Amino acid sequence: MNEDLRERLGEMLEQVTGFIYPNEIEIHWSILIVVYPYLTGLVAGAFILASLVKVFNVEEVRPTYRLSLLTALAFLLIAPLPLQLHLGHPLRSYEIFLTPNLTSAMAMFGFVYAWYLMGVLVLELWFEYRRDLIVWSREEGFPMSLVHRALSLFSADTSDAALAFDRKAIQLITVIGIPSAFLLHGYVGFIFGSVKANPWWGSVLMPIVFLMSAIVSGIALVMFLYMVLTPLRGEPIDMRCLDKLASYLFYAVIVDFSLEALDFIHRLYQSEESIHILGTLIASKLFMSLLVIQIFLGMLLPVGIMIAVRLFSLTAELRKLFYFTAIILIQLGIFATRWNVVIGGQLFSKSFRGLTTYKMEVAGIEGLITALVLLALPFGVLLVLLKVLPPWRKAAA
Amino acid sequence: MDKREFLKSLIVFIPAGGVIASLAKQAGAKAPEPAYQAKNHYYGMGIEIDKCIGCNRCVEACKLENDVPDEPFYFRTWVERYTIKKDRTVVVETVGLRKGKRKEIVEQEDVLRSFFVPKLCNHCANPPCVQVCPVDATWSTEDGAVIVDKNRCIGCRYCIQACPYGARYLHPKTKTADKCTFCYHRVVKGLLPACVEVCPTQARIFGDLKSQASRLVRFERLNKIHVLKPDLNTQPKVYYAGLDGEVR
Repeated sequence: MNEDLRERLGEMLEQVTGFIYPNEIEIHWSILIVVYPYLTGLVAGAFILASLVKVFNVEEVRPTYRLSLLTALAFLLIAPLPLQLHLGHPLRSYEIFLTPNLTSAMAMFGFVYAWYLMGVLVLELWFEYRRDLIVWSREEGFPMSLVHRALSLFSADTSDAALAFDRKAIQLITVIGIPSAFLLHGYVGFIFGSVKANPWWGSVLMPIVFLMSAIVSGIALVMFLYMVLTPLRGEPIDMRCLDKLASYLFYAVIVDFSLEALDFIHRLYQSEESIHILGTLIASKLFMSLLVIQIFLGMLLPVGIMIAVRLFSLTAELRKLFYFTAIILIQLGIFATRWNVVIGGQLFSKSFRGLTTYKMEVAGIEGLITALVLLALPFGVLLVLLKVLPPWRKAAA
Repeated sequence: MDKREFLKSLIVFIPAGGVIASLAKQAGAKAPEPAYQAKNHYYGMGIEIDKCIGCNRCVEACKLENDVPDEPFYFRTWVERYTIKKDRTVVVETVGLRKGKRKEIVEQEDVLRSFFVPKLCNHCANPPCVQVCPVDATWSTEDGAVIVDKNRCIGCRYCIQACPYGARYLHPKTKTADKCTFCYHRVVKGLLPACVEVCPTQARIFGDLKSQASRLVRFERLNKIHVLKPDLNTQPKVYYAGLDGEVR
């Protein structure tokens, strides 16, 4: 047996408070499973933001439309990696596609993921970029001309009729895409929410809470990227766009907070058997990550900042500073939300009589370094996508 | 062959064919039936709380029989000791393995009641672990055992999360989910599960719910029965007699 694991579990044995079932000493879903819903949430949120432009014709946020789509794609490509790395037998993962158990929420992941990637995101990007790809490939030299021609699937039709068809297709895909994005992340919530054995997870609100927090984190991420990338390119930030994004973010945070508060009050008022152990859990093991980081730093403080921006007419520079602070705090808060769900749900015994501890590895495959790499990877992918499909480079008509 | 001859031979052929067919059928019936027919059985276990003395022989036998790692965090079956004090506080602990340090338990005056509860997979009739397995690597057999195929399990651990009883763990060698099988390899040969075999007080009773002569059915007839966490509708097939309300 793995000496490391034996030692780690042996140490944890001494940190158990109260009684846990003996097999519960091992925390089975580690930091990687925290990263997974965090990444998926960013995908869904970024896509929903992009849809605002196409479906609801919110003109102010148009500058972030393509950026949102590319962000969604970059994060979606990396999202299954933490799951894959966490499996006991990663080489058997194809079984989920070949012989899925239709009653398993997790088995459906492959299909939801494949649908969202191929049926929605890639398709919408292709129609959006098709004309530009054709025009660019005519203007450029080798090898980019070939790359762009290949990406346009060697189509060459830039007639008005073809462009009108592109626009219609995008409209249709976005309309289908919104429920798909809801499905993608709502479904991740369902994986947890449907576990009746675990009162911390088993809640009908879970998919909706996941979805709202996804929208919050997605908008915050696109704002972050927009605020970082635009000055890097030496261009001014469109404050109309930023203010609009911030107002959407504000409302999304309010809805998200209300839902989580509802869940909390509901549990408290119903006061079921598990309430004692969950209370102890929040007051001890999750005090820092739930009360301080998620609720205070990740929610109340940024909401306060955004209210302040609305109340006082601040200069553009100050607004940028405030927004930037708020979105960093929000990202931190949403990551803490995922942590509190995934890790928090495993820290108490299903006997409701005790708590265990999560001791994160640093260097192991399920350790901190892997998690950080997985969180950084989508930005690397995004960098490549921005080089190949620059969102701000409009081809001449 | 003319028409008359053809009809004549037909008259002979049809009954002869029937006789041959029925003989063939009988010959087929004589082919030896497989000794074990899963469809004729449906297994469960009874546990009489008052008989358990907490000796942990069942746990040790299980570990030996099923290659369960020695460490005190991998169990297919384990025994819990409940101590309810006079102020109604409840202290629960897992009875330690003999190899580890075993503290002497001094009877304290403030104890109201105390008892042992052997635990194992409940082989639920409505098993949440089977429902969530993404690749059908765990399933209910026709004769009522919940089994894991270690050659198929991908090690995602969803079943471990879904089990309300903490009956599953990830085997550190195979990296797949592992759990009690009712010693299925023994049961199909007509033997008892290892834990039942070694229990010195017969606190564990294994049997076939489909057979009226089974000890388990007798156990069910003679005792008031309770199962663990009935509100979750998992429909356990490990039945407890004399189960205390404090037990989860």
